Amino acid sequence: MPLRAKVASSVSRTAAALSRAAGRGDGSVIGGWLGLKIDPDLLAHLSAGRAIALVSGTNGKTTTTRLTAAAVGVLGRVATNSFGANMPTGHTSALAKAGSTPYAVLEVDEHYLAQVLEATEPHVVALLNLSRDQLDRAKEVAMMAQLWRAALVRHPDIRIIANADDPMVVWAASPPPNHDHRIAPPQVTWFSAGQRWHDDSWVCPECGSTIQRSGDQWWCSGCPLRRPQPQWAVEDDGVVDPTGAWHKVKLQLPGKVNIGNAATALAVAAEFGVRPVDAVLQLGTVTSVAGRYAQVERDGRNIRLLLAKNPASWLEAFDMADEAPTLLSINARDPDGLDTSWLFDVDFAPLRGRQVLITGDRAYDLAVRLDVNEVPFQHIRTFDEAVRAVPPGRLEVIANYTAFQDIRAELDRVN
Amino acid sequence: MSTESLRIVWVYPDLLSTYGDRGNMLILARRAQLRGMPVEVLEVRSDQRLPATADIYLIGGGEDGPQALGAQRLIADGGLHRAVAQGSVVFGVCAGYQLLGTSFFAKGTRYPGLELLDLSSDRGPTRAVGELAGDIDPRLGLPPLTGFENHGGRTHLGPGVSPLARVTAGVGNDEATEGAWRGKLLGTYSHGPALARNPAMADLLLRWATGVHQLPPLDDTWSDRLRAERRAAVAAAARA
Repeated sequence: MPLRAKVASSVSRTAAALSRAAGRGDGSVIGGWLGLKIDPDLLAHLSAGRAIALVSGTNGKTTTTRLTAAAVGVLGRVATNSFGANMPTGHTSALAKAGSTPYAVLEVDEHYLAQVLEATEPHVVALLNLSRDQLDRAKEVAMMAQLWRAALVRHPDIRIIANADDPMVVWAASPPPNHDHRIAPPQVTWFSAGQRWHDDSWVCPECGSTIQRSGDQWWCSGCPLRRPQPQWAVEDDGVVDPTGAWHKVKLQLPGKVNIGNAATALAVAAEFGVRPVDAVLQLGTVTSVAGRYAQVERDGRNIRLLLAKNPASWLEAFDMADEAPTLLSINARDPDGLDTSWLFDVDFAPLRGRQVLITGDRAYDLAVRLDVNEVPFQHIRTFDEAVRAVPPGRLEVIANYTAFQDIRAELDRVN
Repeated sequence: MSTESLRIVWVYPDLLSTYGDRGNMLILARRAQLRGMPVEVLEVRSDQRLPATADIYLIGGGEDGPQALGAQRLIADGGLHRAVAQGSVVFGVCAGYQLLGTSFFAKGTRYPGLELLDLSSDRGPTRAVGELAGDIDPRLGLPPLTGFENHGGRTHLGPGVSPLARVTAGVGNDEATEGAWRGKLLGTYSHGPALARNPAMADLLLRWATGVHQLPPLDDTWSDRLRAERRAAVAAAARA
């Protein structure tokens, strides 16, 4: 590593440690930010010599990254950005902090995938899904798929693990029709993790015709784009691998969506040579992911934290949550997106019959939504008030990004 | 009303539904039901015929490609034009507002609109993203508009329509006016579930559709609080 990179890497580690010691955060961003100021190529230098997997998509990337890191851990030490700091500063911090490791598994914000592909030259990239998320700021779904496609076609040597159930992902992972046929297209391994959310893929990104669906299958009514045959698939509470063998997946994380994330993790790990039978045991060791799914005892209440950032992930959160008193917290600060319109893309009806409490900066937006949805609720001002308002036992907390971080801070930054 | 029940059509949710547009349909249906009106809600996809006999048509927002496709299919279908000729109510939001005009821009190309409103849209210098507020045309008798906008278009009104509101915060059509209306057709850049923040506008659409001039009041505690909070947030942002 060049001297400049060594200095930058050391500064990055020290700053991260200081940030944590000062109680200012996880230290997962500030260190990388300083390091990149000193050496803009630091991420590339830190990546050199490691076998790297990138994980990107709208939802599930933090959890999938954590599961994948556990699975690849069968082979040796793995560097990973496990606090969800998923932009280049976070990757730089994570790699600097980990020191020399043979492997790295990095979660990548979908907007930064092209940049991080260039810097890290990964062995594998996993593409999970693309759906509406913070549309006041983020790129619209079709535009994001276009950016992914343009980036991936420049790296035909990278193995792609992609979601066969999401038309936008399939399109992004497939080379464009005018692709130079002298260059081999990227190799894609398809997985099927099931997908509840379809509302962002009714229109074919290739030709604009309607996407038809029947059962698991989907196809474009106007061009050859259709669901590819997946090599990895969720079946019951397990995963079928490309040889047809079924592996039971025992997770400590709730919900069917996490079996899907496990399938992706197994597929990525297999690209590094990890056998599914070995990897699957590691997946069961993951208990919580940067506070997500964490359980905390307070005043006789068992509080479980679920993060839900956009319509697709709210559907998954309702599936994971128990039939128990539930606190919903909504903010609309910069990291959340300033627009709360998406609340009307979520059907809150599954909460009927549960004691529902609401809080957060934008609790009134949620109140109007629940009112129309005929879900009775109680508005509370503080987290403590919520804890006192429910009987002893389970309290499910479902919150969007900054609201989740606020509650996590109340619970001493639980991981 | 055309039949026994109030018929609300959500036009092409497969194409024109990006920002919680479903909310407008849910709010209208709920506010009608709370007044004891029987309601029938239809979601008509773009590969289906649009019935011409409904009372209220809702057209939502969408990305460029779906907007162009939606306009093309609505022109070819003709159902919406027949409905308007019979006096139906149309509420268009964002992309759905633009396509009611004579032309709009999508993917850098000018597309013909439905020509139901005398207005045309092109591209503005910047994308308008943020809170939108305005004082509504006094003839409509509504409290101030509050909403969130997110669009790259600018809309130019012809003499055949009136602006829905004078802008007090945000951009709307052109930083001066926002939205447009004529007869029982109304369009706004206040996107997504615009009626969640403007329940009086929802009631206006219901009055237009039913011909009932006095609707029983509803408990609007939460939307009143939401409106007050948003008004305060806009005022605070203006001071900063």
